[in-house]
Amino acid sequence: MATMTIAEALRQAIREEMHRDARVFCLGEDIGVEGGFGGAFTVTLGLAEEFGHERILDTPVSEILIAGAAVGAAISGMRPIADVQYGDFLFCMMDQLVNQAAKMTYMSGGTVKVPMVMRSPVGASTRGAQHAQSPEGFFTHVPGLKVVCPSTAYDAKGLLKSAVRDDNPVLVFEHKLLYGSKGARSEKTALNPVGEVPDEEYLIPFGKAAVRREGKDITLVATLLMVYRALQAAEILEGEGLSIEVIDPRTLVPFDYDTVWESVRKTSRLMIVEEDNRRCGWGAEIAARASEEIIYYLDAPIRRIAAYDVPIPFAPVMENYVVPSVKRIVEEARKLVEA
Amino acid sequence: MTKEANKLNKHQQMYELMVLIRRYEETISSLFLEGELPGTIHQYQGQEACAVGMLFDLRKDDYMTSTHRPAGHALAKGVSVESCLAEMFAKTTGCCKGKGGSMHLGDISCGAVPAIAIVGGGIPVAVGIGLSCKMRRTDTVVVCFFGDGAANEGAFHEALNGAALWNLPVIFACENNLYAASTCIRQAMKSESIAQRASAYGIPGEVVDGNDVLAVNRAALKAIERARGNEGPSLLELETYRIVGHSRSDPCGYRTREEEKAWREKDPILRMEKYLLEHGGANPEDLEKIQKNVEKRIEHALQEARSAPEPQAEDALQDVYYGGE
Ligand SMILES: Cc1ncc(C[n+]2csc(CCOP(=O)(O)OP(=O)(O)O)c2C)c(N)n1
Ligand SMILES: [Mg+2]
Repeated sequence: MATMTIAEALRQAIREEMHRDARVFCLGEDIGVEGGFGGAFTVTLGLAEEFGHERILDTPVSEILIAGAAVGAAISGMRPIADVQYGDFLFCMMDQLVNQAAKMTYMSGGTVKVPMVMRSPVGASTRGAQHAQSPEGFFTHVPGLKVVCPSTAYDAKGLLKSAVRDDNPVLVFEHKLLYGSKGARSEKTALNPVGEVPDEEYLIPFGKAAVRREGKDITLVATLLMVYRALQAAEILEGEGLSIEVIDPRTLVPFDYDTVWESVRKTSRLMIVEEDNRRCGWGAEIAARASEEIIYYLDAPIRRIAAYDVPIPFAPVMENYVVPSVKRIVEEARKLVEA
Repeated sequence: MTKEANKLNKHQQMYELMVLIRRYEETISSLFLEGELPGTIHQYQGQEACAVGMLFDLRKDDYMTSTHRPAGHALAKGVSVESCLAEMFAKTTGCCKGKGGSMHLGDISCGAVPAIAIVGGGIPVAVGIGLSCKMRRTDTVVVCFFGDGAANEGAFHEALNGAALWNLPVIFACENNLYAASTCIRQAMKSESIAQRASAYGIPGEVVDGNDVLAVNRAALKAIERARGNEGPSLLELETYRIVGHSRSDPCGYRTREEEKAWREKDPILRMEKYLLEHGGANPEDLEKIQKNVEKRIEHALQEARSAPEPQAEDALQDVYYGGE
């Protein structure tokens, strides 16, 4: 066992996969420049020295090129791990992700595979509206893409390794406040979720949720930073005699409905916490599915807590208001059991 | 190719391929008008010299990316007439099992990436394939087709800059047929040529007579050799004309009949016929034989396509993810 940050765990996953398989390579902006940062959040730091600049490929500031090159390389025998500096920039490459990567296998009648990984940092971190979005919901909507959201070092490593070995395009969303990046790239308001990572090789399969905390009164589904806020809220609520089961689905596509439904059958209450905007978000989908599949187990209306439907503002006081806080989760949970 | 066709020399084979594409498209056109085919069509008549000249000397393991107007490219890269026609009929024997349709013809097993119908969308993909060819230490190359309209997409810029920067084995083949749907190139760009944009990326660019299959082939051979020799990408602008409408039921109200007539006189197939008769050692009977042979192939493919099985409705739920799930 070694203790490490999520940034370190991701780096280790990339390193191991690159050693294991010569087809794996990274491409992105500022990922391997000598004297640079190792990507926006240090994940690829040192890898260019180890693997050379051909396999840690620095690109121009060209998001369409990054995604398109990943698609093209993937359909012709390579296994690219591409990244963008901020999740917001995925919108610059939407055609490549949604029309090319996601549809190629289908349009070809299942003959072409697109084994690519697209990593992107998401979440509000007082940078203003264009470096803050949590766009997971855009991509969970797209057939052909898989969506992964690791919230611990252990998961980050195991899920990224699975993503690299998957024969489909996988979007890996990483939270800026969870990287635990050190030095100049560290975040003022970051949590530092260092975690234990086994020394031996392991993979985490997609579609298997993790129960982060067991409870019997409310089932709370959350990803990324919201897992930590939910756990803090659960701690507070326990003092009030409320027992919250916190489930981290770890992958949004595929989604482990079984684990969540099993929990709901026990608790009879469902709460979903997401940093993405509320309207038509992935939480809405889970709520809709719950109403179709397990509504008779519910004792109260499903509650969704998400970012309000505004762009992310800069002022910390406003940002903290828009993104679900521990306080909001606690208050909503209280209301839910009163209902 | 049939055994008989194999006896043809290179120029005769190029001619045969052009005739095949023309007759294939004409067949599609009448099938479509008769209501036998679902969907829409974007046809290639008039541009055959571009596909054949560019692709004739590619190897099977070389790659090609195509557009919403893919039939000529697909056939010239070796996708079978049978599987193309069957795809137009939306049959399970189609090259995309009926899931692609007229704008996505392709067959990765012969290097033809399923055609990309987002204008400009295939250009960055071709660069990625070029990157892969280079990283895997192969000497394979990519021919990337796109239109004059696509040259004004942002993807064009990012892709050409990337290919140039990384010195990739990509041949950018821009078929300038003067129109993007109804919009004339003069209404869409101020630069005199698309080829001149190459200099902005530090790569060679050349304007080529896209209705002269031999001229296209000469330019292609040079660019392919460069690419195989790790000397980097090239941009070829192939000046051509689609002698038919942009898509189904396009009466071409945006261009003059005089212009159309002038280009019909430059028909690449007629020019190749003339060349073969005057300089290629062929006589009219040889050409007739080639044409008859093409007819037979198309007739055969048509029969196969018509009698091929329809997909089941629920097949729609398969192939979303590679290997299932
Ligand atoms: C991104 C995008 N915008 C618009 C269209 C609709 N469209 C299809 S073909 C076409 C014109 C393309 O012109 P050009 O690139 O010159 O190719 P050509 O049709 O002449 O072969 C347009 C606008 C599209 N398919 N994709
Ligand atoms: Mg055009």
